[in-house]
Amino acid sequence: MQFDVIITIALKEGMLDPEARAIRNALEHLGIPTLSLSTARRVRLGLEAPTRDEAEARARECCERLLANPVIHRYEIEVA
Amino acid sequence: MRFAVIRFGGSNCDLDTVHALKEVIGVPTDLIWYRDGLRREYDAVVLPGGFSYGDYLRAGAIAARTPIMADVLRHAGAGGLVLGICNGAQIGAESGLVPGVFTRNEVPRFVCRPAHLRVETAESPFTLLFKRGDVIRLPVAHGEGRYVAPSETITRLNRERRVAFRYCDAEGQVTAEANPNGSVDGIAGVLSEKRNVLVMMPHPERASELVLGSDDGRRIFESMIAHCCRSGKD
Repeated sequence: MQFDVIITIALKEGMLDPEARAIRNALEHLGIPTLSLSTARRVRLGLEAPTRDEAEARARECCERLLANPVIHRYEIEVA
Repeated sequence: MRFAVIRFGGSNCDLDTVHALKEVIGVPTDLIWYRDGLRREYDAVVLPGGFSYGDYLRAGAIAARTPIMADVLRHAGAGGLVLGICNGAQIGAESGLVPGVFTRNEVPRFVCRPAHLRVETAESPFTLLFKRGDVIRLPVAHGEGRYVAPSETITRLNRERRVAFRYCDAEGQVTAEANPNGSVDGIAGVLSEKRNVLVMMPHPERASELVLGSDDGRRIFESMIAHCCRSGKD
């Protein structure tokens, strides 16, 4: 079966996010103050796998081995 | 004795590093294209600076997963020296040669300037010609140089004297002002558990000749050579 997988990789809670801070400042300069702002990266991939669980396991392997760095990142996997 | 400098797609300090090693210091050095792998034994492997794979995903993440890095891990596992400079440090951390990660600077802009570093240990193949507490000056040039690691890792690195260099002022004081990227505890260079791998954000190869304003970096390479000579590998 073919699966469409969306992986969202974000910084762990409490990690400094300098890009988010710079974006918030820029929004403030535009007159749009925000209470909070965080950024994340989205990776969408197509996978061939026998089951949905297998597709999710493969996506997890992608995260563990390359897409995320466990020192600073958390990730979420959605299998469509 | 022979050194290797690995050129990845997007390395750009590879030739500077080869120049410092070969022409300035006089150690035989091979420039290796990453696809060619390490085809012989080397005393030391240098991962040079640059923007391998355009810093896609995270700085160093993709180069760290290239097959030649398996050769580098084997070399390091057998006790061979590995020096990762700037992007090479990011690659070294991403490949697990040292713990932690170098990520986006606290103020998210590229910093390119001379930095003072305090030598935190002379007990390593890379710093044996220094004295602990020496202050040296090397250029930094990076956008992702902020060292981050879990607090228990930092505690362990400090306890085991595996922080080789910290950013400091000209007097050797480690201050927030002297820290160019927000690295935890001002960490600029980290040693592996066996001390045969050093990754560092500042560029010793850019400070290996007085005509460049400082030759402090040269002593890092000379320390490596002295270590190899002592190990009987001359």
